[in-house]
Amino acid sequence: MTTNDILYSVRELVVEYHTRVGDLNAVDHVSLDIKRGEVLGLVGESGCGKSTLGKALMRMIQDPGRIVSGELWFNDVELLSLSNEKMRQLRGSRISMIFQDPMTSLNPVQRVVDHITETIQVHEPKTSDKAARARAAELVDRLGINRNRLDDYPHQLSGGMRQRVMISLALALRADLVIADEATTSLDVIVEAQFLDLLKELREEFDLTILLITHNIGLVAELADRVAVMYAGRMAEVAEIRQLFSDAKHPYAQGLLKAVPNIRLDDDELYKMPGSPPNLITAPTGCRFHPRCPQVMEICAQQAPKFQEVSPGQLASCWLYQEHPEKAGQAA
Amino acid sequence: MSSALRRYIVVRILLTIPMLLILVSLVFVVLRVLPGDPALAILREGASDEQLASFRAALGLDQPLHIQYLNFISGVVRFDFGESMTRSIPVIDEIKTFFPATMELAIAGMFITTVVGIFSGAFAAQHRKKASDYIIRILSIILYSLPIFWLGLMLQMSFGAGLGWLPVSGRLSPGMTPEQTITGMYTIDAILTGNWPLFKDAITHLIMPAITLGLVLAGIFTRLTRANMLDVLEQDFITAGRARGLKERVLVYKHGLRNAFIPIVTLLGLQFALLLAGAILTETTFSWPGMGRLVIDRIYDRDFTTVQGAILFFALMVAGASLIVDILYGFLDPRIRY
Repeated sequence: MTTNDILYSVRELVVEYHTRVGDLNAVDHVSLDIKRGEVLGLVGESGCGKSTLGKALMRMIQDPGRIVSGELWFNDVELLSLSNEKMRQLRGSRISMIFQDPMTSLNPVQRVVDHITETIQVHEPKTSDKAARARAAELVDRLGINRNRLDDYPHQLSGGMRQRVMISLALALRADLVIADEATTSLDVIVEAQFLDLLKELREEFDLTILLITHNIGLVAELADRVAVMYAGRMAEVAEIRQLFSDAKHPYAQGLLKAVPNIRLDDDELYKMPGSPPNLITAPTGCRFHPRCPQVMEICAQQAPKFQEVSPGQLASCWLYQEHPEKAGQAA
Repeated sequence: MSSALRRYIVVRILLTIPMLLILVSLVFVVLRVLPGDPALAILREGASDEQLASFRAALGLDQPLHIQYLNFISGVVRFDFGESMTRSIPVIDEIKTFFPATMELAIAGMFITTVVGIFSGAFAAQHRKKASDYIIRILSIILYSLPIFWLGLMLQMSFGAGLGWLPVSGRLSPGMTPEQTITGMYTIDAILTGNWPLFKDAITHLIMPAITLGLVLAGIFTRLTRANMLDVLEQDFITAGRARGLKERVLVYKHGLRNAFIPIVTLLGLQFALLLAGAILTETTFSWPGMGRLVIDRIYDRDFTTVQGAILFFALMVAGASLIVDILYGFLDPRIRY
């Protein structure tokens, strides 16, 4: 794998939130590569830091949060060293985002077309109003919205249409990377299915790289090439989609997959992982998953495992796959 | 203008008619319920019964109440508020003389309130929890709690009597007269007739009263704007706009401010009533010959018809302000339609 295959590389990223009761690391030394042209699913429970990571990729962490350390390499440019103005120019043009709730993500007093033309013109100031409007019309046409609706206000559109508008905004400048943050959570299943089909088509057409942030494993299975599993602010496992579903390494990833409802399953009750996600202000020592882990060892509470390759293309942070003193002791 | 917006405006104007009828009826009832006989008040104790009777007949007070009511309504519809009891001129002429001064002061005050209040509020919201935010918030509380006449007196003492930069009171310097009355607002008349010396004189007289009135009311706008802006700036579409690379300035002053405007415009309409009332204090402090002066003078004279006319006129102005506010809603927010 040459560096050119990698569009976005996160290295040892730490994002800290300052709260009244203490500081917490919502993202703790996370490293992740996003390959050019792939769909990478980012999954985990609510509060595991996946949305924070998504925002951090665009350098959009707001007070009281802060990127403490790490490197963000995008197209061989380190983003944390860019000026605010340079970073602003990248947002929406090279990296764009589709948000969770299309109902609230559009300005209620701005016409649909003005959202799009404004976005085009802020990045390409020389574009005339007329040209920007023509591009907006072309774009919504492609996304299956009648161009007569361009002059509508957001409240006049259905949820599905609004989500299409959000996509058109993300694609308006042909961004290299689209981050979809829980983009289907607020849609009903039918609209969600349409959204997925549309995304698959657009992926080919626009040469998209997509980071799909979701807690819906089914969505990931449907769309993603690779999956990253986060737990309590750390990266638990990254694997190709087939690898993960057939042979997940990290006990958390295994539990997560077991907890997915299966229509063919005969069990009366759904599998539940014991315990609940930790409070990150008083995060567990060592591996943050150890209090809930069915295969916990002594070392797990003492020292955090490294995040490293456990089989080709599959990375996990778990002592089960790493040499440690305890293991050495057993061998001796 | 879209057809939905036009429909909204027409319906809103039609709805004003019953509201005005209720308003006028209320003024009529209140003035009849209040204790005190106007005839006795004007002619004083000891007037003969014939004198009282002829006085009442002249004013129509001997008629049955429902006839009085119909006369009153039909008068108001024609802007005929009756005749002044003490001056023997139509009340509407008195209002025509004094109201433009109040209106001029109110508009200038409103302008200062809006500009100072909204921009300082938006600025404070943008710089939340920074030094400028705290300074603006403290200043706004101080302004809000200042008595109008005190601020007026302080300005008079410093910029008027002390530094001599601005005239202390009145609307024009002695010897200055507008050649022609168009609106009755001297600054506007001066612009319309191109009379620059008059304009300069009128505006220097206007500055201190307008600042007094405007600043005191600006405090509450600062706080309201700041609070609403903070609300709006936390909403998803602002984050979404930021993710599209929009500039912070655009996010705050274009997307944010317009969404924060509805409550601000509402307060603006409500404050208009307060502005007219506040104008009475300001007018007294600065010897500004407006409606406030008129009402106070005529109350001393027990000129009931003039007072009634003035109150009714104030009420109509407030109703008009709320109509304008509602129409503005329609322009500001496309979701507000009938």
